[in-house]
Amino acid sequence: MAIKTYLQAISDGLREEMRRDQRVFLIGEDIGVYGGAFKVTQGFQQEFGEDRVIDSPLSETAITGACTGAALMGMRPVCEMQFSDFVSCAFDQLVTVAAKQHYRVGTPVPIVVRLPSGGGFSGGPFHSQNPEGFFAHCPGLKIACPATPADAKGLILSAIRDPNPVLYFEHKHLYRRIKGEVPDGDTAVEFGKARVHQEGSDLSIITYGAMVYTAEEAAKAAAEQDGTSVEIIDLRTITPWDREAVLASVAKTSKVIVLHEDTHTSGFGAEIAATIAEEAFETLDAPVMRITAPDTPVPFSPPLEKAYLPQPGDVLAGIERLAAY
Amino acid sequence: MAKAAETPPDTLLDKDTALRLFRMMALIRRFEERTEEQYTRARIGGYCHLAIGEEASTVGAIDALEPGDCLYASYRDHGTALAVGSEPVAVMAELFGKETGVAHGRGGSMHLMDVQRRFFGGWGIVGAHLPIATGTALALSYRDLPNAVLCQFGDGAVETGSFHEALNLAGVWDLPIVFQIINNQYGMGTSVEQSSAEPDLWRRAAAYRMHGERIDGNDVLAVREATARLMGIARRERRPALLETITYRFRGHSVADAGKVYRSAEEIESWRKRDPITRFGLHCSERGLLEQDEIDQVWSDVAAEVKSAIDEALGAAFPDPDTLYEHVYGDSAWREQFSRMRAGAPFGERGEERTWQT
Ligand SMILES: Cc1ncc(C[n+]2csc(CCOP(=O)(O)OP(=O)(O)O)c2C)c(N)n1
Ligand SMILES: [Mg+2]
Repeated sequence: MAIKTYLQAISDGLREEMRRDQRVFLIGEDIGVYGGAFKVTQGFQQEFGEDRVIDSPLSETAITGACTGAALMGMRPVCEMQFSDFVSCAFDQLVTVAAKQHYRVGTPVPIVVRLPSGGGFSGGPFHSQNPEGFFAHCPGLKIACPATPADAKGLILSAIRDPNPVLYFEHKHLYRRIKGEVPDGDTAVEFGKARVHQEGSDLSIITYGAMVYTAEEAAKAAAEQDGTSVEIIDLRTITPWDREAVLASVAKTSKVIVLHEDTHTSGFGAEIAATIAEEAFETLDAPVMRITAPDTPVPFSPPLEKAYLPQPGDVLAGIERLAAY
Repeated sequence: MAKAAETPPDTLLDKDTALRLFRMMALIRRFEERTEEQYTRARIGGYCHLAIGEEASTVGAIDALEPGDCLYASYRDHGTALAVGSEPVAVMAELFGKETGVAHGRGGSMHLMDVQRRFFGGWGIVGAHLPIATGTALALSYRDLPNAVLCQFGDGAVETGSFHEALNLAGVWDLPIVFQIINNQYGMGTSVEQSSAEPDLWRRAAAYRMHGERIDGNDVLAVREATARLMGIARRERRPALLETITYRFRGHSVADAGKVYRSAEEIESWRKRDPITRFGLHCSERGLLEQDEIDQVWSDVAAEVKSAIDEALGAAFPDPDTLYEHVYGDSAWREQFSRMRAGAPFGERGEERTWQT
């Protein structure tokens, strides 16, 4: 067990799996000589060579399509979109091809698309988005959104081993800011199993990715303020997602906030809220509340971006409102 | 397929032009050096990509535009905005994320624009603007306007599918557009040789039966001549072209990148010796077009101009968070929407009628 940053944990997971499994190789823009835009793959080309850490031209469509084609031949490619925003250039390859390949032909597509996502440092409208909602809508894709270093490693291992196309969202704002214990060795984390980030009894916050920490701050403030006890459920993966864990938590607390950094309308929170309404209506003491980014592009200007991103204060206000029921 | 044009004889160069070109390149250089400093002082958020060393490719081409021509550029666009004539203070304000910035703080460094001057933007998604520029050329053609589009992008953009689709459309539809590859020889840390199966990028034009040409992008006059000529053909004969201007970025990909892992010190040094501004200054003084004291004067003028841009932009207000939801959708009264913008700021509101819209 060692303390690692979120970024190191991803890096370690990739490295260990590449050492273990010769079929695993990486394709991406500037991942080799440059070490990756965020340095996740720094030193990889020295260790694994240019054949397994492939610097590609600026061609997201071809990168993603080539991964799929190689996967059909039994390889386990992991590609990187330099920012998750650019996955839109590979949308067709993922949604039309990779997602439907197994259904249509019966051939598995064990690819992983690494997607540095999220805002918080003035990346502006094309370098800050959280596009998981688009893909959650598409049957055939799996989606991981780790929040902790341990999960970052555990989920990248599972993602690579999964026979399906996996979109692995790594939040840029967690890379170096979040440190935590990462178990040594082969510690794959199962998809579809939520994690109780903190236990509580008065209200549940269902979230994932960077918003786990926003929820944590708000919960801390609520506890200090009047002893409100908040339970935080970190979904870890949104396809598949752990309905049982969510419904169990709601049954316990009877009040729930669904929180994510993606925009509001048709965000994944809508799916969670609808499921709670369908399955747990009788256990609820208050309406299900969604706290999300607003339905606007991500603004560049720092004060606007701050207003855009859900803040601990927004979540605290939500907790207070639900407490009134 | 024609190759490298000769630099035109400088008998064509008059003093005013020499001064204008020199001044603009100096302004951009100074602006970017001070931008780097503002970034390291954490006054600018996000990413900051400087084009120091590439001034001739930007200024030479934009100087060849005529009123009514349209311009698109990549995200490395500070110099582009200045070259089209955007106010330095409005550009700096955008970098600071201020309401008075050219995009009202919504876009930042990579997404500058000045629609009134028909600069339709820097684009943060590499390659995305090539089809858009092509559509603008389609509109010019559709409306039988006598203008053309200049679409600038980096060597990296050539590897996107958008490049192929855009050039093919322009070729097959005979559109008035010049595609300019500002080839600084790297896309981030990846060299052109590593990323292009045909590293002579200008040759790609052949695939579209389009005129292709490679020139020295650090020679502002050569860039200006080639752009003027190709834009002229595009305007008059509705024939697109691909122009490759070879240049070099002295700095890293962004301020966060030292730019030294993937290229040698000797290589960087050899290009510094070909500094486009020093070179043009020498050219002008050797020919008696600019005296040394005039050159010195330009440098001190632009330094003062940039300083006052910084000071004024620092004092400007940030956008009001209550305006977060504004501008997301247009409505049928969209023309009036432009009046929400302030004078000197972006979307072209200086009280002039935007007649070309109708
Ligand atoms: C579609 C897309 N993929 C990747 C990136 C990340 N990225 C930004 S700039 C860049 C290199 C661009 O190189 P080039 O086109 O040569 O322009 P230069 O940086 O040299 O000006 C990359 C890979 C992006 N912005 N958009
Ligand atoms: Mg380049």
